[in-house]
Amino acid sequence: MHIVDRRLNPRGKSLENRQRFLRRAKSAVQQAVKRSLQNRNIRDVLDGGEISLPIDGMTEPSFRRGEGGISDQVLPGNRAFVEGDIIPRPPGRGGGKPKEAGEGEGEDSFRFVLTREEFLDVFLDDLELPDLAKRRLSETEEFSPARAGFSVSGSPSNIAVARTSRLAMMRRIALKRPRTEEIEALKREIEETDDEEKKAALEAELKSLNEKSKRIPYIDPLDVRYRRFEDEPKPVAKAVMFCLMDVSGSMSEHMKDLAKRFYLLLYLFLSQRYKKVEIVFIRHTDRAEEVDEETFFYGPATGGTLVSSALAAMRQIITARFDPAEWNIYAAQASDGDNSYSDGSTTGQLLQHEILPLCQYFAYIEVDEESGDSSVSRSPLWALYDSIRAAALPLSMRKVCRKNEIFPVFHDLFQKRDGEKVAP
Amino acid sequence: MTAAAVKERLLFEGADWDFSTLQRIHDACEDIALNELGLDVYPNQIEVITSEQMLDAYSSTGMPLFYRHWSFGKHFAHHEAFYRRGMRDLAYEIVINSSPCISYLMEENTATMQTLVIAHAAFGHNHFFKNNYLFKLWTDAEGILDYLDFAKGYIARCEERYGEIAVERTLDAAHALMSHGVHRHAGKVKLNLREEQKREEERRRHEEQMFNDLWRTVPAGKTASAANIDLERRRAALGLPQDNLLYFLEKSAPRLQPWQREILRIVRHVAQYFHPQRQTKVMNEGTATYVHYRIMNRLHERGQLSDGNYLEFLKSHANVVFQPTYDDRRFSGFNPYALGFAMMQDIERIVTQPTEEDRAWFPDIAGRGDVMGVLRGIWADYRDESFVAQFLSPHLIRQLRLFHLYDDPEQEEGILVSAIHDERGYRRIRRQLAREYDIGWTDPGIEIVDVDLAGDRRLLVQHRVTNDWMLQDGDTKLVLQHLADLWGYDVLLQEIDGDEAVIAEHHASPRGKLF
Repeated sequence: MHIVDRRLNPRGKSLENRQRFLRRAKSAVQQAVKRSLQNRNIRDVLDGGEISLPIDGMTEPSFRRGEGGISDQVLPGNRAFVEGDIIPRPPGRGGGKPKEAGEGEGEDSFRFVLTREEFLDVFLDDLELPDLAKRRLSETEEFSPARAGFSVSGSPSNIAVARTSRLAMMRRIALKRPRTEEIEALKREIEETDDEEKKAALEAELKSLNEKSKRIPYIDPLDVRYRRFEDEPKPVAKAVMFCLMDVSGSMSEHMKDLAKRFYLLLYLFLSQRYKKVEIVFIRHTDRAEEVDEETFFYGPATGGTLVSSALAAMRQIITARFDPAEWNIYAAQASDGDNSYSDGSTTGQLLQHEILPLCQYFAYIEVDEESGDSSVSRSPLWALYDSIRAAALPLSMRKVCRKNEIFPVFHDLFQKRDGEKVAP
Repeated sequence: MTAAAVKERLLFEGADWDFSTLQRIHDACEDIALNELGLDVYPNQIEVITSEQMLDAYSSTGMPLFYRHWSFGKHFAHHEAFYRRGMRDLAYEIVINSSPCISYLMEENTATMQTLVIAHAAFGHNHFFKNNYLFKLWTDAEGILDYLDFAKGYIARCEERYGEIAVERTLDAAHALMSHGVHRHAGKVKLNLREEQKREEERRRHEEQMFNDLWRTVPAGKTASAANIDLERRRAALGLPQDNLLYFLEKSAPRLQPWQREILRIVRHVAQYFHPQRQTKVMNEGTATYVHYRIMNRLHERGQLSDGNYLEFLKSHANVVFQPTYDDRRFSGFNPYALGFAMMQDIERIVTQPTEEDRAWFPDIAGRGDVMGVLRGIWADYRDESFVAQFLSPHLIRQLRLFHLYDDPEQEEGILVSAIHDERGYRRIRRQLAREYDIGWTDPGIEIVDVDLAGDRRLLVQHRVTNDWMLQDGDTKLVLQHLADLWGYDVLLQEIDGDEAVIAEHHASPRGKLF
């Protein structure tokens, strides 16, 4: 008898089957992931976890018996029946078998646990930063192979045939390897000569030639050359995302939750998809401050509202740290649309003349109470931005009232577009 | 006897075990199994695995290696979700019909459980696999692991050459027809899986050697008009009617690539390998349960198993052979362990202490005295259907209080109790229960009947309806679609009743350039 300890075998033997299953169930998984987002707490929104998939589309059909027909069965545990008894059928089951609970378990829906990576992968599948144009050589992470001469070792698929045969020919000439024609000519000469003595001499010569050509191979491993490749750094775009959030007193808890959800998506999207994206968090009341992500998402604050303060802070940070010639600058602003009356023109000026010309893309999200209507807005900020947008600047605006609108809006703002400009 | 001497005898104490414990347990079980019970087993290989590996094994039909397919990922996720939420326990063990016979033991099991599992799987199932006629006829225990290795490699190579999608579609289609991809009747040659692998390699080498592109350009001669071949000759030539759909497609589908035929062949062989297991659930589990019960009791008698551990065993044993009654919430049909074990014990009773009734019903075995001899003979020569039909005794029918319900939807009043555990009912109950284990009766009988070779090459398939059991609509459509895709032309499925009258028809056309 053998005892084999398999516990130390590599784990994840079923991983590939799992990936195949996920690929097959992709659209269903995507739907389920988006649905599950609405019901979760902001903190564990993206921890992966259990989703529920509809099972159709992933059925494995087989020829099976359908409902109906005569049912004949033997059961254990008779207590009171005698032969010939007629048992009335249980109501609601048109002639089915009397007892079948427990069969066909849970085939209509399918609980499935996704890992965090799988969850994010599905979740961020088709998003990108628009108009990532200013590509500058900077600290690079990406490399692409480029031809760099020849080497004596390499993979067979990289054999440089021309170079190899050239080297082989050089060697053959240098070592005076007899050519096939020479040998052929000699053979012919042997056949034609009648003089025995000369024939013997010629045959000796032929023998030595043959030996020599055997000694000096046509192609020697020494001749073989491979094409060599070197990794060349590829230029990578640098980008910065400004997250501007209004945390003033007019923002209700619901609105803050919406805004935070939006930024959380944005943050995850950027940190997962782009290695080189800086994120700057600015929150403002009547004055703005740059904060770290922990404070941004979870720190409490309250006060009046001066939108221009956030824009001014953003401009200041750009001047100090992010040269617009090198950086792709993005901004996403979330607010309830309130702004103090006197601040309107300052904000407009700042945005139109100083911020937007520097930005690749500026997204404005207006959050409202759950009862609000996300198709219209009469807030002062919306009206102001709307008038600016007319001037063909990279500004997008959306309004969100309910949790389940967050993802569609986010997706809409950042989905991949081929060539065309971001929709207003 | 001193306490030390008692301790000396024990195989283990408490719940902990290590590899030398397993070895001791195995040797003790082997001694009883071979010398006292007279079992005949393949060499054993015992593998200790984690729960995750157990889930792995679950999702690829218990086999240690299998080709890749999304459906196994689905099963894994399904089992995992149930397991994680604590809704379902994992099996204690999985055993593979191979030589050496591989038994998986879970690392979480206690020493008692490992003993139980070794006795159950490594001796009970093992003996059954090696000696039952169905397994001897249909499976090749020596070759199965090599063949699966070949299958896995072959399908992986196909994926490289022809693309994952194409292979996946072929496998999907083949899996859908898997239940109808087995030979139900013995052919002339015994299956030899090692030969299979060689055959495929040789065929490919031959093809490569013989390849000459010129043949493509040679004009074809006149072919005999298909219309001349009459129906009977055509059927004979194609081997129709044929109930092994995969076999027919592999041999005769006009538009399949050679690699697709090979994949169908692989799926067919796997289905065939599992075919005996489907027909011997009650016997297989009954044998294994009976064997572990005997071995564990002997271990206890010999003082190799402590009283505490023996009680632990009895508790799990009682759980395994628990049979709820029909009106119990937990009832979901017969428990093969319970029925099998009860029948084995009943046979033991008949052989050793027969009553008058037993002598009348089982003249061949009643009072023979040699329990193991009789049982070994039964384990070798029967399958579930014939086993129940032959050996379900009136005593056991009374003990289980079996009764027979006849439910005809045409009968307005309700369900008829057509037999109970009384003199008039024994034979009827026994016949009916045996029929429930006959897969020829429970699986829908589907046959390929004809191909219209002269016309549009439509494939005619028939389902013989018994007891008004029609095919389930949705699934049938999907399977038929797969069948049409493989066949490459239209497929017509007719459901016919006893008088050859067509009750229902299903059509499917191949989906364009799917392959």
